[in-house]
Amino acid sequence: MSNTQVDKSAMRKFQKVCDILQNYDYDSKNLVPILQEVQEEYRYLPEDIMTFVASSLDISPAKVYGVATFYAHFALEPKGKYIIKVCDGTACHVRHSLRIIEAIQEHLDLTEKRNTTNDLMFTLEIVSCLGACGLAPVVVVNEDVYPVMNPESTIKLIDTIIAKENGKEGDNDKVAI
Amino acid sequence: MNTLTVDGKLVTFSNDDRNLLEVIRKANIELPTFCYHSELSVYGACRLCLVEIEGRGLNTACTTKPEPNLVVRTNTAQLRDIRKFTIELLLASYEHDCTTCSKSTACKLQDIAKRLGVTKVRFKRGQSNLPIDDSSWALVRDPNKCILCGDCVRACEEIQGIGAIDFAWRGANTHVVPAFNKGLAHVDCVDCGQCSRVCPTGAIVPRSQIDAVWKELDNPEKTVVVHFAPAVRVAIGEAFGMPAGTVLPGQIASALRTIGFDKIYDTSFTADLTIMEEATELVGRIQNGGVMPMFTSCCPAWVKYMEQYYPEMLPNLSTCKSPMGMFGAVAKSYLPDFLNIDPKNLVVVTIMPCTAKKVEAKRPEFTTDGMPDNDYVLTTQEFATMIKQSGIRFQDLSPEPFDLPFGYKTGAGVIFGNTGGVMEAALRYAVEIVEGKPLSNLEFNEVRGEEGIREINLTVGELELKIAVVHGLKNAKKVVQDIKEGRKIYHFVEVMTCPGGCIGGAGQPVYFDKAIRTERIKGLYSADKMLQMQKSQENPYIQELYKNFLGEVGGEKAHKLLHTHYYNRKRISEEGMSILENVGNKLSISVCVGTNCFMKGSQEILKRVLNFIESKNLTDFVEVKANFCMENCDKGPSVSIGNKVYSNVSFDNIVKEIEAQLEAVTK
Ligand code: SF4
Ligand code: SF4
Ligand code: FES
Ligand code: FES
Repeated sequence: MSNTQVDKSAMRKFQKVCDILQNYDYDSKNLVPILQEVQEEYRYLPEDIMTFVASSLDISPAKVYGVATFYAHFALEPKGKYIIKVCDGTACHVRHSLRIIEAIQEHLDLTEKRNTTNDLMFTLEIVSCLGACGLAPVVVVNEDVYPVMNPESTIKLIDTIIAKENGKEGDNDKVAI
Repeated sequence: MNTLTVDGKLVTFSNDDRNLLEVIRKANIELPTFCYHSELSVYGACRLCLVEIEGRGLNTACTTKPEPNLVVRTNTAQLRDIRKFTIELLLASYEHDCTTCSKSTACKLQDIAKRLGVTKVRFKRGQSNLPIDDSSWALVRDPNKCILCGDCVRACEEIQGIGAIDFAWRGANTHVVPAFNKGLAHVDCVDCGQCSRVCPTGAIVPRSQIDAVWKELDNPEKTVVVHFAPAVRVAIGEAFGMPAGTVLPGQIASALRTIGFDKIYDTSFTADLTIMEEATELVGRIQNGGVMPMFTSCCPAWVKYMEQYYPEMLPNLSTCKSPMGMFGAVAKSYLPDFLNIDPKNLVVVTIMPCTAKKVEAKRPEFTTDGMPDNDYVLTTQEFATMIKQSGIRFQDLSPEPFDLPFGYKTGAGVIFGNTGGVMEAALRYAVEIVEGKPLSNLEFNEVRGEEGIREINLTVGELELKIAVVHGLKNAKKVVQDIKEGRKIYHFVEVMTCPGGCIGGAGQPVYFDKAIRTERIKGLYSADKMLQMQKSQENPYIQELYKNFLGEVGGEKAHKLLHTHYYNRKRISEEGMSILENVGNKLSISVCVGTNCFMKGSQEILKRVLNFIESKNLTDFVEVKANFCMENCDKGPSVSIGNKVYSNVSFDNIVKEIEAQLEAVTK
């Protein structure tokens, strides 16, 4: 028994990028749709992949970067599948939203700097007002609003999501040895 | 001939006039512009060139086609207002510390603001505090001064075909940046500086070494020698109000002496030396079936371009160092004895028309024991600044002689500074070697001119010599591609990165009009005629240098000092991508997917390797990476397995290697 982890997902994604490029005939006119499909694989556009796309399409990396930053729907930073927004506006703050933030950070092993989990499942964003002060403290996960939260209920919520994800994905992508 | 009316006067125009702006300028009305350059495509973004056209209202002249009978007004109250407003907005939105900006006096923004009589800015000044990029030895970018005209972006793309900088982000956040907002030194930029030449403000400027040079000059222990490139002598006058193309080597020598340099030498001397070596190399390649065609190697931006984009063709580059490189090497090895000084007290400064030379001087091949052969590289612009700092009235100086022996040159060494010049200088020697008799006609008018790509066939003895002369890297790419794909065959190709050759370098006094280049080129050809000798092989001090110091032309010592080698170079500093991560792996495999390997099918190899690993259930034992360039491109596809790099790989031989190595480690 060893704790080695083999993550095949990077390999799958890269193979997919090669296929995408091939499907678009390595034609730089298709840069936007290519980046779109690449982003679907990675959930953001990693720098090295953009460089790879540039050299495969015979255009400069600066051009790819320009296009990737121009369109709002391209993300340059990794974002989790679930974006957890915790409000730290005045109303939520006085009702101890900070404790919720700290609990999430501890639970998901995140810091102020590193706000996305390694498996790209969760991103924690701290926002200044969600316009729901009457419901303070508020937590929003993707589109869903959870009012009057506390650390315990938030952790429970996260755990439910994790359980749901594990059940659905099985161990296709991850093999523990 | 058609006519239209500009401010009440009839103006004629022809189909050659690309746009209304040029027609208006022909009528002697200098419409202000930021984003218009006759050499670049029309962008139409700055809106300074607005004019009123009867029946059509306001239009940007640069994007309007001239049509017969148009009635155009350039100077209405409304237009004056709009222009002033535009300039005030720019002055308010960006940082403009004119008094301390190195672009000052050559800055279009400053100039236009003055011309339009902008005396106050009615808007509140915005804050902008973006970091300055000084990663490169060639250039400094200050995004706080950028007015987003896009001139630099188009220069890099349209003249050099590189696209190292581009617009990124959008709206109020729009910036011009290198890829991933990295520093210029970490991307595909070749340091030519053409972006800085066209930039109307001080947002991209050559990086200055003036202070360091003053420090050396102030140190009594040091002997500071200086040499300057051919192109400097026909452009420096522009900084002092003289016409472009005025030939001023003697005045430069005088100014340098007054500034305090101990010895005044001429890079044209080592240009003569370069010709001796390069023409000999060319004839050798032709007679011994060497790698053809031979490319010139004196332009560092071109060399870097080849290293980044065509590594498999590096053997085509002449192995000769540039005249600057040769000067440094010879100076550092010959001068200490000759001048009777301690080698560590010798400082070599050079004045170049070029920003890329600043980077060339830093290449490790051109340093000895960590010290660069050329300690400091100043541009013509920096030299002009030093003259001004010294209070010298340059325009009133009388010419003074150079110091010998390195101050003596022939005309061949002087025409090096313009497109076609290196070719012509080389022909003046190579043709003599091949034909075995002195040349009757020295001037090779066929190779002269300003066309971006010029092809010439010359009959030399029994040989039909095929040559090409190219300037601008976009043109060079076309020629290299033609050669690679077998459409063209040449013996010798001269490439200079800057338009017009070194005389159009980004270190020269800033110019926006192509006619300036033509004048500088004329200046160099007339300088050629004014000299006693026109052929490098006749330079008596070159002959002496070989006799007393270097030995044989192309011989062993000459090779050691005057020749060099080239490397494959990554275009962008980027680590590889991890494809199959595996912490406890036994073997790591990395497949190069850089452009060169990619062209040779490395993506396919990578895919098959991954399939193989999966099908053999090896995922637990190996780790796979994709690399952007293993700097082994001429021998690609490249794959590394364990600690070994394999060249020219095929899927089958890698698989054998992987199995063999795995067996060894798992045992
Ligand atoms: S120095 Fe030349 S290659 Fe580099 S960004 Fe400027 S124009 Fe492009
Ligand atoms: S850096 Fe200069 S040339 Fe480039 S967009 Fe900005 S102002 Fe224009
Ligand atoms: S010069 Fe015409 S819009 Fe800039
Ligand atoms: S692209 Fe340079 S080694 Fe592969």
